[in-house]
Amino acid sequence: MTRISLTVDGQQVTDDVEPRTLLVQYLREQLGKTGTVIGCDTSNCGACTVHLDGTSVKSCNVLAVQADGSEVTTVEGLAGEDGTLHPVQEAFRECHGLQCGFCTPGMIMQTVDLLAENPDPSEEAIRLGLEGNLCRCTGYHNIVRAVQHAAGAGSDTERSGQDTGVTA
Amino acid sequence: MTAVQEPAAGAEIGRDRRRKEDQRLITGRTRWTDNLTLPGMLHLAMVRSPFPHARITNIDTAAAKASPNVVAVLTGADLGEAQGACINAWPVVTDQVTPTHLPMPTDRVAFAGETVAVVVARSAAAARDASELVEVDYEELPAALDLKEAAAAHESGGTLAHPDLGTNVSAVWRFDSAEAGTGGDVEEAIAQARANGILIEREYRQQRLIPAFMEPRSVVVDPTGEQITMWSATQVPHILRFALAATTGVPESKIRVIAPDVGGGFGGKLQQTPEEMITFAVARRLGKPVKFTETRSESLLTGHHGRDQWQRLTLAATKDGTVTGLKVDLLADLGAYVAIVGGGVPVLGAFMFNAIYKFPAYQFQTTNVLTNKTWTDAYRGAGRPEATYGIERLMDELAAEVGVDPLEIREKNWIKHEEFPFTTVAGLEYDSGNYEAATARAKEMLGYDELRAEQAERRARGDRVQLGIGVSTFTEMCGLAPSRVLGSLNYGAGGWEHAEVRMLATGKVEVVTGASAHGQGHETAFSQIVADRLGVAFEDVEVLHGDTQISHKGLDTYGSRSLVVGGEALVRAVDKVIEKARVVAAHLLEASADDLEFGDGAFTVRGTDASLPITEIATAVFAAHNLPDGVEPSLDSEATYDPVNFNFPHGTHLCAAEVDTETGQVALRKYVCCDDIGVVINPLIVAGQVHGGLVQGIAQALWEEAVYDDFGTLVSGSFTDYLLPTAADTISFEIDHTTTPSTTNSLGAKGVGEAGTIASTPAVVNAVVDAVRHLGVNDVQMPCTPERVWRAINSRSSGGSTTEAAAPHFDSAEGEAL
Repeated sequence: MTRISLTVDGQQVTDDVEPRTLLVQYLREQLGKTGTVIGCDTSNCGACTVHLDGTSVKSCNVLAVQADGSEVTTVEGLAGEDGTLHPVQEAFRECHGLQCGFCTPGMIMQTVDLLAENPDPSEEAIRLGLEGNLCRCTGYHNIVRAVQHAAGAGSDTERSGQDTGVTA
Repeated sequence: MTAVQEPAAGAEIGRDRRRKEDQRLITGRTRWTDNLTLPGMLHLAMVRSPFPHARITNIDTAAAKASPNVVAVLTGADLGEAQGACINAWPVVTDQVTPTHLPMPTDRVAFAGETVAVVVARSAAAARDASELVEVDYEELPAALDLKEAAAAHESGGTLAHPDLGTNVSAVWRFDSAEAGTGGDVEEAIAQARANGILIEREYRQQRLIPAFMEPRSVVVDPTGEQITMWSATQVPHILRFALAATTGVPESKIRVIAPDVGGGFGGKLQQTPEEMITFAVARRLGKPVKFTETRSESLLTGHHGRDQWQRLTLAATKDGTVTGLKVDLLADLGAYVAIVGGGVPVLGAFMFNAIYKFPAYQFQTTNVLTNKTWTDAYRGAGRPEATYGIERLMDELAAEVGVDPLEIREKNWIKHEEFPFTTVAGLEYDSGNYEAATARAKEMLGYDELRAEQAERRARGDRVQLGIGVSTFTEMCGLAPSRVLGSLNYGAGGWEHAEVRMLATGKVEVVTGASAHGQGHETAFSQIVADRLGVAFEDVEVLHGDTQISHKGLDTYGSRSLVVGGEALVRAVDKVIEKARVVAAHLLEASADDLEFGDGAFTVRGTDASLPITEIATAVFAAHNLPDGVEPSLDSEATYDPVNFNFPHGTHLCAAEVDTETGQVALRKYVCCDDIGVVINPLIVAGQVHGGLVQGIAQALWEEAVYDDFGTLVSGSFTDYLLPTAADTISFEIDHTTTPSTTNSLGAKGVGEAGTIASTPAVVNAVVDAVRHLGVNDVQMPCTPERVWRAINSRSSGGSTTEAAAPHFDSAEGEAL
């Protein structure tokens, strides 16, 4: 067992972990951060995406011990303390960017990172930026709209409403 | 939206309400089965066969049992009859050959991935570590892998998937319009076309697919209460409870099944799985809560697959392109066992090959075949995508043969809007539709004529990148299903749905549905229906589902049935509430019940301004101080609705694709569709269903295939090998609707969950073939990979099978090919 100390969603935590424990397993099983989920075993799906020191990582691809001393943000730590949703969370709801919701925590965390790097991405940049996150429900159409909506890039509420009705 | 349907002022139906479900999902406050932890809970790991067909000669569990924190290691023999069995609910013929399917077989495995032992430990990691220590001795047996060879094995002396059965043919199911009295003799039509007409004969491949829902399956069983509780990532909690009780001997009343948050299904979670049965048996045996969560690789390997057919099709027509007959001969791969719907999947397609057309003669036959591969069952569309693909590809071939536009040949043969209701050659009555309107709108959206002109121009100048336009004018039957029809097809259950409405004392309304959502948005759409009908606020309606102790009765979610069957049950339950409230209202308003009108959530006395909201009546009924004599103090009502007919959404899908003739690369340029799904409850949710459906269908056309090697190993068994499309692979869509209300339910709604998937696959492949038809290509086998398109162009074939294409990169065949 190895002792690690880190900050998760603003909370200081210290635990003993097996060295082989993945960050996602630590988050889910020891901290109860079940908002972050596991969708595959080959780091393809991105459902487990969290932020490690401000950058998105697939938490199935990071050992818990590697996060020692770091700051981790999960989808559970994204909204304000008063419950105010992060603009990206709000955009996913507004644009119907989720259905079953299983990929959503990862999609949202990846989108936050994507927009931090490029606040005004083109549709192509959005699609490439989300390439590491799989969704089986939405066909990505409304996820792309949600990212555009969050970015405010030529996609105001009116436009989004029109999309959901039908045409673009 | 087109102007056809606009929501009435203040009405919920037709409004693009944001979903009630989303607040939890976007903040990570979720209840996936794998999130559950119970005191003392133990974890399972499965020991799986690496061989597709082998005798189990010995299982040595000693080392695994001695591993740290292992509680037990159990085999099928250890569990005995307590493990129950996996059932087939639809023996499609009375003499169907159905191999016994034990969750853990004791003597022989029939596909690679089948469980032979289970390790129980204090943690999932300890269980998995110990599973590596279970020593299983196998005696390998020859495996039936190739569908065509397997179908003929009983005649050729070939390999049998289950040697004791003497055949791989599970069933041969046939429909003939001449025999059924619904049409003419197809052989006669074919003979005439051969002599003096057009005969299109083709063989198409429906490759094997994997549903690949995002949430891996997970099951938790807690045996410590009076009822044994199972949480499972399932689409079908009610059917699962029935199957558990029917095969284990535990009374149904002692079992509670809960489907908590479920992360997608697409038919893939419409199953009674060996893993659920094993987890149930282990929990009962040990008396402790246990959990099993599969890895993604296990999910792809052992969760049921879909499609997997060879289709031999013969289309007879006159020289002007009027179809005179269609003959369909299918081989369907069931895999190692007949799954819960199993052989019923190709049979569902029997009613859809004639699609939107007026064919005078029709014959359908499917031969359902057992092989030593993962079992197959429903995958989004279940039988109908296969049928739609076959006929929509054929209609394009017929157009090419006649030398006219593919839309022209369809129009010549389709049912005209004034001809509804129309009884088809397959014996179904289509209630409504307008193929002309949907097609006109889709053409306008695509810019059909402009793109045809561009195509001609690029073809004329020999552009390296050629443009193709693919057409798919689909229909489907959904809203499964009228119970009498199911009975006539020998299905083991009915097709009704149940709903309950509870009027709470505080004015809130609880709605219980037997449908079991796993991403569809039932909570939102059903709330809109109830809010409108009962005149209460959308926010005041709470929709409960997915727990057999709350929703005691139901037939779950699949076959685009939740709205058109479950929604109709809900409407009827609401109407019963209103009628019960009317009696109380009359009493309290001191009026005759006949003089009361109900609207906007209140009863008013005709001709007066006396009025009483139904929520106040609910409170009065709760107090029960002042009720009419003999009236029970409850407004709560339930309804069980059995549909009178299927309903038949339709639409025209148009795909423009560019094919690089030098590399075989296919790029989607534009995809438009105009679907008619009747009255739309929530356009936001409908659009999402269409988008997602489209990508699943497009993925079949271009990317996805479950591939086995010659040793029966699934070589596309992880997300690095099974090509699920990403955001970067796909494009944005343009979708629209025309509206011809269904006449078979009071909402006027038609199903939408499967429409996109059913329609899009042939649209895309038709576009690919259309782009290179002038190069001598009339088919490209799916998925239309660059290699296969390139081969098709260069060999004027369909591009060959995936067995070759999927060979390892170091295989010599690859070097020769390129």
